[in-house]
Amino acid sequence: MSQKEMVDIYILGKKYSVPESLTIMDSMEYAGYKLTRGCGCRSGFCGACATIYRIKGQKELKVNLACQTKVEDGMYLTQLPFFPGDKKAYNLEELEPNADTMVKLYPEIYSCIGCNSCTKGCSQDLNVMQYIAYAQRGDLENCAHSSFDCVMCGICASRCPANITHYQVGLLARRLTGKYIAAETEYLNERVEEIRQGKHDDSIKELMNKSINELKELYNTREIEK
Amino acid sequence: MYTAQMKELIKKVEATRSERLGVQFERMTPQEKEEVLQENHPDYKEENFRELRLGKNKGDKVPLELADLIEAKSRLENINIDLSKIHYETDVLIIGGGGAGTAAALEATEKGAKVLLATKLRFGDANTIMAEGGIQAADKPEDSPAKHYIDVMGGGHFTNIPELVEALVKDAPEVIKWLNDFGVMFDKENDGRMITTHGGGTSIKRMHAAADYTGAEIMRVLRDEAINRDIEVVEFSPAVELLLDDEGKAAGAVLYNLETEEYLIAKAKTVILATGGAGRLHYQGFPTSNHYGATADGLVLGYRAGAKLIFADTIQYHPTGVAYPPQIFGALVTEKVRSIGATPLNIDGEQFVYHLETRDVEASAIIRECQIRKKGIKTPSGVEGVWLDTPLIDMLHGEGTLEKRVPGMLRMYQKFGIDMRKDPILVYPTLHYQNGGILINEHGETNVENLYVAGETSGGVHGNNRLMGNSLLDILVFGRRAGAHAGEKSKNIKVTGLSLEHINTYHKSLEENNIKTQRVAPMLLPQYTHGR
Repeated sequence: MSQKEMVDIYILGKKYSVPESLTIMDSMEYAGYKLTRGCGCRSGFCGACATIYRIKGQKELKVNLACQTKVEDGMYLTQLPFFPGDKKAYNLEELEPNADTMVKLYPEIYSCIGCNSCTKGCSQDLNVMQYIAYAQRGDLENCAHSSFDCVMCGICASRCPANITHYQVGLLARRLTGKYIAAETEYLNERVEEIRQGKHDDSIKELMNKSINELKELYNTREIEK
Repeated sequence: MYTAQMKELIKKVEATRSERLGVQFERMTPQEKEEVLQENHPDYKEENFRELRLGKNKGDKVPLELADLIEAKSRLENINIDLSKIHYETDVLIIGGGGAGTAAALEATEKGAKVLLATKLRFGDANTIMAEGGIQAADKPEDSPAKHYIDVMGGGHFTNIPELVEALVKDAPEVIKWLNDFGVMFDKENDGRMITTHGGGTSIKRMHAAADYTGAEIMRVLRDEAINRDIEVVEFSPAVELLLDDEGKAAGAVLYNLETEEYLIAKAKTVILATGGAGRLHYQGFPTSNHYGATADGLVLGYRAGAKLIFADTIQYHPTGVAYPPQIFGALVTEKVRSIGATPLNIDGEQFVYHLETRDVEASAIIRECQIRKKGIKTPSGVEGVWLDTPLIDMLHGEGTLEKRVPGMLRMYQKFGIDMRKDPILVYPTLHYQNGGILINEHGETNVENLYVAGETSGGVHGNNRLMGNSLLDILVFGRRAGAHAGEKSKNIKVTGLSLEHINTYHKSLEENNIKTQRVAPMLLPQYTHGR
């Protein structure tokens, strides 16, 4: 029986010996932690497990999601389960998709000093400074696309000397893009109206009254779009 | 990083690729589908189920792990709860902060109701955020709610409740519009036409998506809207027991602050259970695609209060969970990867099943290929899987397609040294979805008055097998319906006294049915010790 290869990690400064094949999240549980904060989807989508760490002997401070990152020998880590970012309440219906909206809601983006700490901290490798630059210019569509994969983990905001809450700016840009800039889907509106007027009621009621065998027949002979 | 051994096997996949490119594997006949299901689907392994010994569904089969939680005592058995000390008083109490709960909160608020949303982890932590592939709706001119209806019924093997399917398919286009108006960024052509794909079992390409972040995109927009409207949310406060009034109607819940370990009383005129699925119960030892909190809490709470279950013995195993690398074992590989061309292959590099059968059939075929035909690929950790030929995607649709359509997946694999565009990936079924649950009607009502259920916790709309893209639809259709109905109904409700008497009744029933146990439920969070 082969020995599992073990490494030393330091959870909040305390040393634990864990198998080197585990993710940071798994290794915390291996060490005996029962996670409440800092654990969500365990799949890299929700941003709950943002982890900040330094490898002994290296200067670089690194950031990653605990559920998606393997441990390393000499890893000193802590987590950021919550960040008090600034979120402005707004009524999307009353906003316009331009720079004025950004000035009104998140004026701090214009205090960006270009240090790029946000980009360096991003657990999703996004060019955060770039998407803030797009927002400054009112180029909401590019801001939306560049920020799309953001999981709102909060690391960017925690590193920003200008007090920008980048992930809220990106979210606003995306909602404005989706609502006002993306092309309207005419047939969607038409179909919704048809249904509201009851034009599809009969076809459905007819199906609801069919026997299972009749439905099976319809199902097995239905045409499939290529 | 693939091992040297795996890289050798990948060469077999590359060798057969040119003859497979563009060739359609044949779909199964209804007979073949029945056979592969009976022989291989985990739902048919009788020894992993048992009959419930108490309650409204006494005598019905459910998975062993769920039976253990249902045949268990309340967490409040020896706790002194003072029901006269009310911490929260509201019109609509929503238990669960995922897609269904948030949709319900928005619609109840629209009706002018006071809403309290209590969630176990953070607001938005739910299976919703990981749904990747898309959401179905019959909005295109060449499509119709009738066609959608037939697809849903066929996918559910005609066991679905017709009124629920009617609600699902008729509300669908409106849900897409609702989301679009909130600013959800659906994939669209420049002229506004939605970019849609097939899912397993669809007759028309009606899966709408936002890259492979569809669920995340929907969740973060709806959550943002709820915050904008100042809807009250209390986090890290799961419900551990429902409260009933003197007449047996739902009247709130006992919440438990996970951090301060305090019990809090939330009094409400109506209650909506939106607690999601049960993946973290790891039925039959399967890994799961579900989020950390998916422990069937809502089923336990509702059942104890007298709600009926339906199809609780039908579990969906997503055909393609990650089989390698071990760090992300069980994580979801979205069906969309197959919708855009990747095909399942065995160890010889041969395709063995049509790539878009319904999930139960597809999963069964993969299990058969590994367990019965012995043509799976073994990984160093001992787990077996089959290939999914992802390099086909860019070959079929042009370079950059994979990166554009499933960027989240590409990133996930890249973090572990695998490029999906160059090499195939290894997959095996993973525990994914609870097809059944607490029985609802088209308004989300249950047989317990003033108790509603929406989303994965509910049962009936999908019959015994859900189609891809109908869960994101389900949570929003029924979340909105339950929220609107509860919001409206709460205007005329007066809550009489509050009671936890139903716990005593339940404990007596455990005794009367000879169930001797010290187990408590709901589980709240799974326990992982990773081999220690």
